[in-house]
Amino acid sequence: MDILSILVESVRSALGPIAAIYALAAIGLNLHFGYTGLLNFGQVGFMLVGAYGVGISVSVFGLPLFVGFGVGLLCALVLALLLGIPTLRLRADYLSITTIAAAEVLRLVYRAGFAEPLTGGVYGLQNLAGDFRALNPFDPGGRYGIGDLTYTGAHLWTMVVTWSLVLLMVGLTWLLIHSPWGRVIKGIREDEDAVRSLGKNVFAYKMQILVLGGLIGALAGCMMAVHQASIQPDQFKPQVTFFLWAILLLGGAGRVFGPVIGAMTFWFLMNFTDGLLKYLGRDLGLMPFLDGPDYGALQLAFAGLLLVLLIVFRPQGLIGDRKEMLINVK
Amino acid sequence: MRTRLVTVLLALITAILVIPGPAATADEQGGETLQGQIRNPDDRDQGVEGITIQVFDGEDETGAAETDPEGNWVVELPGPGTYRVVVDQDSVPAEFAVRETAILVDGETEVEVEAGDQRPLIIALESAGGGDEPSGTQSPSDADSETPEDGDAASEEGDVAPASGGTFGSRFIQLTAAGLLFGLVIAISAIGLSLIFGSTKMINFAHGDMVTFGAMVALVFSSGAAGMGNSLLAIFAGLGGAILIGALLETRLSRTALIVAQWSSIVAGIALATVLGVLGDAVGWKVPLWIAAGIAVVMGAVLGASMERYLWRPLRRRHVALIQMFIVSIGLALILRHVILVLFGADRSRYAGFQIQEVVRLGPIAMPPRDLVIMGVAVVVLVLVACLLQFTRIGKAMRAVSDNRDLAESSGIDVDRVTLYVWGLGGGLAALGGVLYGLNQVVQYEMGFRLLLMMFAAVILGGLGTAYGAMVGGIAVGLVAMLSTLWFPSQLMQAWALALMILMLLFRPQGLLGRAERVG
Repeated sequence: MDILSILVESVRSALGPIAAIYALAAIGLNLHFGYTGLLNFGQVGFMLVGAYGVGISVSVFGLPLFVGFGVGLLCALVLALLLGIPTLRLRADYLSITTIAAAEVLRLVYRAGFAEPLTGGVYGLQNLAGDFRALNPFDPGGRYGIGDLTYTGAHLWTMVVTWSLVLLMVGLTWLLIHSPWGRVIKGIREDEDAVRSLGKNVFAYKMQILVLGGLIGALAGCMMAVHQASIQPDQFKPQVTFFLWAILLLGGAGRVFGPVIGAMTFWFLMNFTDGLLKYLGRDLGLMPFLDGPDYGALQLAFAGLLLVLLIVFRPQGLIGDRKEMLINVK
Repeated sequence: MRTRLVTVLLALITAILVIPGPAATADEQGGETLQGQIRNPDDRDQGVEGITIQVFDGEDETGAAETDPEGNWVVELPGPGTYRVVVDQDSVPAEFAVRETAILVDGETEVEVEAGDQRPLIIALESAGGGDEPSGTQSPSDADSETPEDGDAASEEGDVAPASGGTFGSRFIQLTAAGLLFGLVIAISAIGLSLIFGSTKMINFAHGDMVTFGAMVALVFSSGAAGMGNSLLAIFAGLGGAILIGALLETRLSRTALIVAQWSSIVAGIALATVLGVLGDAVGWKVPLWIAAGIAVVMGAVLGASMERYLWRPLRRRHVALIQMFIVSIGLALILRHVILVLFGADRSRYAGFQIQEVVRLGPIAMPPRDLVIMGVAVVVLVLVACLLQFTRIGKAMRAVSDNRDLAESSGIDVDRVTLYVWGLGGGLAALGGVLYGLNQVVQYEMGFRLLLMMFAAVILGGLGTAYGAMVGGIAVGLVAMLSTLWFPSQLMQAWALALMILMLLFRPQGLLGRAERVG
């Protein structure tokens, strides 16, 4: 492992399927936070219901994959309604607490013993991607790419599909935000009371955006299920949401391409710091006080540090507009 | 009970297996492998050695592996494809059996491996003979399942209900006692959260990790502090000195002298920490748990105060919006949690000397003495905090700032100073909550985050920003969580507490003790 191969590895993951999936989920979060100012700290809950919608339909009931996608999206719709009805009328901080709690409760329910016949409990579900892989036009074992930067056919197929979905959703976001509906949405972010006094039903608009962003999050969850072909509930820990926040703020909240740029940069940085730490620690032996699992922990601490530094020094992220990000909770 | 214990234990093993979480690893390059770790179901720190795992491609064996002393195994695969994995039942020690799961049937499973996949495969053992049913169904409790080992099985879902035998009435009373205990711990930790919200309007997502910090520090000092403990102590002494200088001498010293004094205190702390760190184990010492708890409370207070002094106050001066502050606190929580993980390790440990105790019977309630002590300490501290808030000048000022910051400021209260004290008090109480929670359960780096959700439920139930509300809410949440296990699986106890919170938001969003105001 040298610096060059660390760089190649980082670029690989910046363009890879995981980055694409996170970009997709962050687009949903961008609709929530970037455009409407909703503090959703439970985006991972939407991903979880999406992934398990696919998982349970395909693995337990043997239904085709597209039904699984439908079930996942439907679950996300129900979840958004359940979360929104009690909290969207209240102040933003109540939504943040409820969403973070709901996502964690969902994970606990899905991994609980009594749910095992359906969800596989802590062991999760597997063999989910048969239909998806059958459509793969590339050779699953072959390597595609330029120079050292190569992907297997299976990964390339996931990347093509997921990045296409990302572009689709970016286009959708752009169209929505530049519509009259989108102007109301941004108005809610700036001043909810002013919008209300203009006779708009703020609650309904917030609910629509919560559902829409949740559906996009669930789509990301579905793609995660088919990418890995297996899911475990512990993949959906709250830190996934925090990664999504880091991605959104890094790219620039309230910008159409913010989540995409953010996801690429975030995974590049994560892999680069991790690779560098391991290179310094394991190959050069400069950090004798660290052992195996500590590197993963440091990576997560780094994500936290990134969040803090971004907010303090560059709240608008890479491509954001500082004026747009001066949101106040009222 | 036995089967439930085993199930919970297995859940726990899996939880350990997946730390730090597969989501954090992006796709890696390299050959395809199958890997895993087989642990001893009776003692999860031990792996089981010598179990053979064979991998077949069709009928041909493509590889085999034997677990090493830590229970790890890796099989290299020739390429992607579908493989049949067989656990050699003869190599499993006689006292264990391979646990049947949805994936693993009769020691065999089919695994689909993608190109470049380094797939983990969970193979779990159970004690032979015990637990044929995989789900948490309740079987009549054995006599030996009432040992304090029960608490040891506290899994990610929370705690195991302390009693599962006996009549409904006795279980009800027993669970009420356990709920009261849990509730008191939540209340102690949540007061700070609520007061901090009141005085700064900010939700401190890092509060849970301040709880973990307290528990971990007490663990270090009660089990023998060496290099790292001493260094931590020195750094915190430096920080604490700086904050004290700032708080007490602000009006008496000139600005320059103040800054010089504060920075020299911090630098001295860091220098001392370096020296102690280099000395390492040469300066070893050990104190009883109650002194260690005192140290933890002081260090927790310093942690809280220094967060306020060196992070939140500058951010407020920069007019950073509240939403942004939430996100900073989440970032801070991530940093704290994982720095704690690196410093103290991911092991689940308990305070030595308090694990196995004779159960004391008080009428229908049976409790180990340590739980009685926890409850006593918690009640005394809650009463003290209530007196502090009710009768002292600073307590009144805290309530005033919590009630209306601007009004308090205009009537001559030094709001910044009061906020600093609130953070100190909150941090200290959080640390104490951590010690009590760790004494009752296990000390582990994620314990605080789990408690944080309960604390949120408590403060919302009682009313955001009111200290007494947090106390009432905490006890209510603890009782609801514990009593729900009478009828529902114990894995869902957190869910019921949070459902209570959502109901409260629907019908009385200002909480039990909150003043009715427009919150939407």
